Amino acid sequence: MEKMKVKIDNRVVEVEKGATILEAARKIDIDIPTLCYMNLGDMGIEHKPGGCRICVVEVEGRRNLAPSCATDCHDGMEVKTHSIRVLNARRTVMELMLSDHPFECLTCAKSGNCDLQSMAIKFGIREIPYEGEKSTYKPDTSPAILRDVDKCIMCRRCEKMCNEVQTVGVLSAINRGFESVVAPAFERNLDHSECTYCGQCVAVCPTAALTEVDHTNQVLRALADPTKTVVVQTAPAVRAALGEEFGMEPGTLVTGKMVAALKQLEFDYVFDTDFAADLTIMEEGAEILGRLGRFLSGDKSVKLPVLTSCCPGWVNFFEYHFPDMLDIPSTARSPQQMFGAIAKTYFAEKIKKDRKEMVVVSIMPCVAKKYECTREEFASDKNPDVDFSLSTRELANLIKRANIDFNKLPDEEFDGPMGESTGAAVIFGTTGGVIEAATRSAYEMHTGKKLEKVDFGQLRGMEGIREATVDFDGFPLKIGIAHGLGNARKLLEDIRAGKSEFHAIEIMACPGGCIGGGGQPLHHGNSAILKARQKAIYQEDAGKPIRKSHENPSIIKLYEEFLGEPMSEKAHHLLHTRYFGRAREIVIETDVKEE
Amino acid sequence: MSAIKIKLRENDLMQLKEVCKSFNNEAGELINVLHKAQGIFGYLPAEVQEVVAQELNVSVAKVYGVVTFYSFFTMVPRGKYPISVCTGTACYVRGAEKVLDEFKRILKVPVGETTPDGKFSIAGLRCVGACGLAPVVLVGDKTYGRVAPDGVKEILKEYEDN
Repeated sequence: MEKMKVKIDNRVVEVEKGATILEAARKIDIDIPTLCYMNLGDMGIEHKPGGCRICVVEVEGRRNLAPSCATDCHDGMEVKTHSIRVLNARRTVMELMLSDHPFECLTCAKSGNCDLQSMAIKFGIREIPYEGEKSTYKPDTSPAILRDVDKCIMCRRCEKMCNEVQTVGVLSAINRGFESVVAPAFERNLDHSECTYCGQCVAVCPTAALTEVDHTNQVLRALADPTKTVVVQTAPAVRAALGEEFGMEPGTLVTGKMVAALKQLEFDYVFDTDFAADLTIMEEGAEILGRLGRFLSGDKSVKLPVLTSCCPGWVNFFEYHFPDMLDIPSTARSPQQMFGAIAKTYFAEKIKKDRKEMVVVSIMPCVAKKYECTREEFASDKNPDVDFSLSTRELANLIKRANIDFNKLPDEEFDGPMGESTGAAVIFGTTGGVIEAATRSAYEMHTGKKLEKVDFGQLRGMEGIREATVDFDGFPLKIGIAHGLGNARKLLEDIRAGKSEFHAIEIMACPGGCIGGGGQPLHHGNSAILKARQKAIYQEDAGKPIRKSHENPSIIKLYEEFLGEPMSEKAHHLLHTRYFGRAREIVIETDVKEE
Repeated sequence: MSAIKIKLRENDLMQLKEVCKSFNNEAGELINVLHKAQGIFGYLPAEVQEVVAQELNVSVAKVYGVVTFYSFFTMVPRGKYPISVCTGTACYVRGAEKVLDEFKRILKVPVGETTPDGKFSIAGLRCVGACGLAPVVLVGDKTYGRVAPDGVKEILKEYEDN
C-alpha cells in the first residue's frame, strides 16, 4: 500500500492511500465532530454521505471547506480542524439545522441520548439566529416503531441500514429540497410497508426521528393494578447491556442487579426468557433431528436445511421476501412466545389464576418483539400470550423513573420455576449462540453419548456469514450462521437456487445477534461495545453449573408434569407456529374494459 | 400487514415488462425506464412503479424516491393539453408568476394538477432556453412567447373545440 504523510493541526500522520481526513485525524486522536457519518468498523458498515457538513475542515490551498469524512488525503496535505473559519462554519451549519428542528428537548424520548443535542451542547449553542418555516410531516405509528419525521436531520443512516445492511428496502429519501423526507414508498406508513421492525434504523438514528413505541406506561398501570398478577421475563442479551445505561463499562453483566431492580419495581414473578430458550432447544432440537433423520432415510418430502425461528425480524423478512420457502424454517415459536404460552397455561394453573388475571411482560433487546407479541396467532380468546414487550432502553428508563439506585443494588436470584436456565440459553443472545445451544443438546440426543466439550469455538465470532462442520459421531453436520438480514438473504438465495449444503442454519436479523438488537442501549457507532457484550454472554455461559438445555431440571419437570415430550400434541399447540406469505403480488385486472 | 396487491391490465403489464427488458432489466437504467414508461402511460401510477421495481430488482421505495425527486415525473395523469409555464429567472422577472396565476384562476386547478375534464394540466417549469421570448408558455409541444396575463384566455381558446 502506498503511504503518504499528512499534516493535521501541525501534527504529521502517515496514512495509506485512500484514507479520509477524518480517518487520519482519528489515528492521532484528533477529534473532528461528526453527525451523519457512521462507522460500524468490524461489520464493514460505513456511511459517509458528506451530507451534514459538521465535519468540515480547512485544507491548505483549497478554496472551500472540505467535509473530512468524505475527502481523501493526499501526500503533503495540510489540514486545520479547528480554525476560526472552521468553527464558524460548523456553528452556522448547526444553527441552520436547529432552525428546522422542533424545540422539544425537555419532553423528547431521545433527550440525553441524542447526537444532535450533544452537538448543540458541545458547540455552546444558546440561540438560533435563523427564523423561518419549519418542515412538518405526518407522524407514523406502527406496532413497534414510531416515525417523527420533523426531528429528522436527513443523515440517512437509517436508509443505509434498511437498504444496504438489511436489504429490506423500506426507507428512501423522497421529494426534494425543503420537502425531502425519508419515508416508505408512496409515503405509506410503516405498517403498510415490508418493514420487518428489526429496529436497526432506530439503533442508528441520531435524533428521535425513529424510536420504539413506548409501552412503559401500560406496564406501570398493570403493576399498579391489584387484580393483576404481573410476570416478567428477561431476554439473555439484556443482562449484557443494561449496565451501560447506568454508566457501567460495556460488557458488564448485571443479571443479579436486573433481577433485584425488577423485584423492587414490584413485578410479582421475575422469570427468565432463558428458561424458554432451553425449551426452544428441546423443541427445535427435536425438530432438527427429526427432519434430518427422515431426510437421511430418503424421505423426499423433507426439506433441509432447518432454519432457526427465534428472531421475529427474521420471520417477518422471510414472510415478505421468501414466501416460497415457508416450509424451511423451524416451526418452533420464539422463546418470548414460548414463555408467554407456558406462563399463561402451566404456570397459571400452578398459581391458580385465569390467564386474564395475568399480565406477561417481556424485557427484550429488540423492537420487533413488540410486533411479534401482537400477532393474532399468539393469543387465546384475544388475550395475548405476551401482553407488553419493553426494550432494554425502556427498562432502564423505568428503573430511573422509580428512582432505584441500580449500581448499588445487591444481586438477587430469579424466581422458580420459570427462572431456571442453563448456559445454553444465555448464548441465544449472540450470533451463533442458538445453533451452538442446539448442537449441544442434539449431539447427545442423536449419538446417545455425553458431550465432553460443550464449547464450539468454530460457531463463534462476528463475521457476517460463518460456516462450520460438527462431527456427530461420524456424521458431519453442516451448519451455517448469518446475522444481519443482508447476509441472511445471501444464504436464502443459495437455498432457493439449490446450492446450499447446510443441514441447519441460524439467522439473526441484527448485526451481532440480539446483543446488537434495535432495543439495546445505543452504541453510537462503537462496534467494540458489541464485542464486549458478546464476551459477557459467553462468560455468563461458562459460569453456569448446567450448560445443556435438556439438563435443565425445571424443563424436565415441565415435560413430566405438563407437555409430555418434545413435539407432542400439546407442545405443538403451545410451542409451535406457522408462517404466512406476505409478498407483493401483481394481479391482472380483468374487470376493466380496454379503452 | 397482509400482502399488497398490485392491479394492472394484462396489456399494460406486458408493455411495461417489455420496456424493462429493452434496458436489460438493469437497476442503473431506472430513470430511462421510468422515462419510457411515462411516455406510454402519460404518468407513473403506483402500480407502474411497483412493476418497475420488481423487474429491475430495486426497492419500490427507491423508485418512488426517484419519481418524486425529478419534476419531470408525475404520478397524476396529465391533461390532454399539458400547460407548462416557465418560471426560470428571465421569465420570472418578466412576469411569469402573474401568467401562471391567471392559468390557475381560469382553470381552477393548482400547479401539478389536472382539470376534472382531463383537458388541461398546469406545471411549473424551469427554463426552456428561450429566454429571449420571456415569459414563455408551452402547451404540449407548442411554444408561446412574450405571454401577458391578458393573453392567457386567448391561448386557452385555441384548444376549446378540440
